[in-house]
Amino acid sequence: MSVAALQVQGLNRAFGALPVTRDVDLTLEKGARRALIGPNGAGKTTLVNLITGALKPHSGRVLLDGEDITLTGQAERARRGLARTFQINQLFRGLPVLQNVGMAISERDGHGNNMWRPLGSSRVIMDEALDYLDALRLTDDALKLVRELPYGRQRLVEIAIALAQKPRVLLLDEPAAGVPSSETHLILDVVASLDPDIAILIIEHDMDVVFRFAKEITVLVQGAVFTQGTPEEIMANAAVRAVYLGEESHRGGRHG
Amino acid sequence: MAASEAKPPAAARSQARERAVAYLTSRHRFRLAEVLPWVLALAAYFLLPDRMTFGGQVLIMVMFALSLDLILGYAGIVTLGHAAFFGIGAYTVGLLAARLNYSEPISGLIAAALVAGLIGFITGWFLLRYRGLTLLMLTLATAIMLQETGNLRSDISGGYDGLPGLTIAPLFGVFQYDLYGHVNYLYVLGVLAVIFFFVRRLVYSPFGQALTGIRENVRRMHAIGSPVHRRLVTVYTIAAAIAGVAGALFTQTNAYVTLTVFDFDVSAKVMVMLILGGTGRLYGAFAGAVVYMVLEDYFSKLSPTFWQFGIGLLLVLAVLFARRGLLGLIEDAGRYFARGKP
Repeated sequence: MSVAALQVQGLNRAFGALPVTRDVDLTLEKGARRALIGPNGAGKTTLVNLITGALKPHSGRVLLDGEDITLTGQAERARRGLARTFQINQLFRGLPVLQNVGMAISERDGHGNNMWRPLGSSRVIMDEALDYLDALRLTDDALKLVRELPYGRQRLVEIAIALAQKPRVLLLDEPAAGVPSSETHLILDVVASLDPDIAILIIEHDMDVVFRFAKEITVLVQGAVFTQGTPEEIMANAAVRAVYLGEESHRGGRHG
Repeated sequence: MAASEAKPPAAARSQARERAVAYLTSRHRFRLAEVLPWVLALAAYFLLPDRMTFGGQVLIMVMFALSLDLILGYAGIVTLGHAAFFGIGAYTVGLLAARLNYSEPISGLIAAALVAGLIGFITGWFLLRYRGLTLLMLTLATAIMLQETGNLRSDISGGYDGLPGLTIAPLFGVFQYDLYGHVNYLYVLGVLAVIFFFVRRLVYSPFGQALTGIRENVRRMHAIGSPVHRRLVTVYTIAAAIAGVAGALFTQTNAYVTLTVFDFDVSAKVMVMLILGGTGRLYGAFAGAVVYMVLEDYFSKLSPTFWQFGIGLLLVLAVLFARRGLLGLIEDAGRYFARGKP
């Protein structure tokens, strides 16, 4: 059996007396398309922060391609192929869109130590960055500063940066939040057209998105894994509907 | 590849692409306007022959402010202790001349750069884990500690009486320093040109871009795998070395040095100059240092007691009306008038 792309084992984390992550086990096989859902405050973003290393767990392990990265720094994890998008945009607001994406490529390929060669002389990086912008229809905005773009378009830059990292494991924290519904499909199309070997974990509130995208779903409630299964199983699960899908249960008919 | 999915009209798309590529490939090219400060500096040499001593001091402050721009303007490191490195450079040359009778100018500069860079590396490695107010206090404390170390061993440093009357060997063994500072001025200008060339390469390089990224969003830099701490320590070391060279030139051109080079005043003044000129734009250091020094000189002659009022007023005006510094103001004005054109 091949090694899972990402494995989380018995992860615990508390903020003060409040446990926010409780004995979480989660596995992303190579090419996984998993959604992480749960009510507000379930600890979804905290889990992403623990996986990427932005937070340190109090106990438990994180393995990337079978290697223990629990004590590895955030940047090193990123260089090893673990990429994320943020729930709230984390962009270089004062820089042009193209440079936001170019930065990710430049750091990925280890050019960041170069103090001599002008950045613009690297046509390869620019072309690659423009390819990602093309895919997200951002080419016309390539030279605009990020802060000049509407929030929804900034979300697309967030995605473009994650793609530019060429990750093996990609964590998408509510990628469509704040994106006008006319443009949500852009994000989904791009994500769907990614290399099928990339393991993807998506946190999403929009159940249409979840059911279109995910092949497996993990439900997180109060920091612990409540249940997991295929979208059909989750839809059919009465307990899940009670804690989370309550108001959406009328959609169950589509699957039932 | 994901790109094959997109289907906007191909022609319009490739046009936008070309525009983007053209911008980035020309961004680092030398622009004609960049000749201006150097032409002015040379013109000053011929037009103001009796102000060359002052001119040399202005150029030294330009270099010092430029080093601060690297860390403050580009990497976003806020420091109130940059005088530490200026002072180390100044004392490296001073002590070499006074205690070891070694005063060859060029190797003195290199020694100053190495010592200041080393101290920058060591302190930076510890301090740059912090940001904001904590960092502000720690950098301030570093400069004070260095000053007090000098004070403690005044038998070596000369204390606040300093190391007066240093003899500096002729430049390249040929050009003796003259009383009017003509040789000094050209010497400082030459060193500044070399350092500026290096700094300019650096800020347009991928490394320089990464610094800007750290300033703009540290969390994002971590997330894309950038070794942030290493980058910061590297640029801090470089900036310290350049500040050290500026300090060394200060000692060489004045032929004396006292512990006041470590003063909080010096750290604050260079920051004010840079902010006045405009941060993160290379030439802000030129504009800020020149305007500040010239006005300080003018006001202090106008009113030896109240000259600081003039500087204070200037700062208030700058904060109110020129948030992005003098160069930012000029840029805004340029854009305002350009709007009239089709």
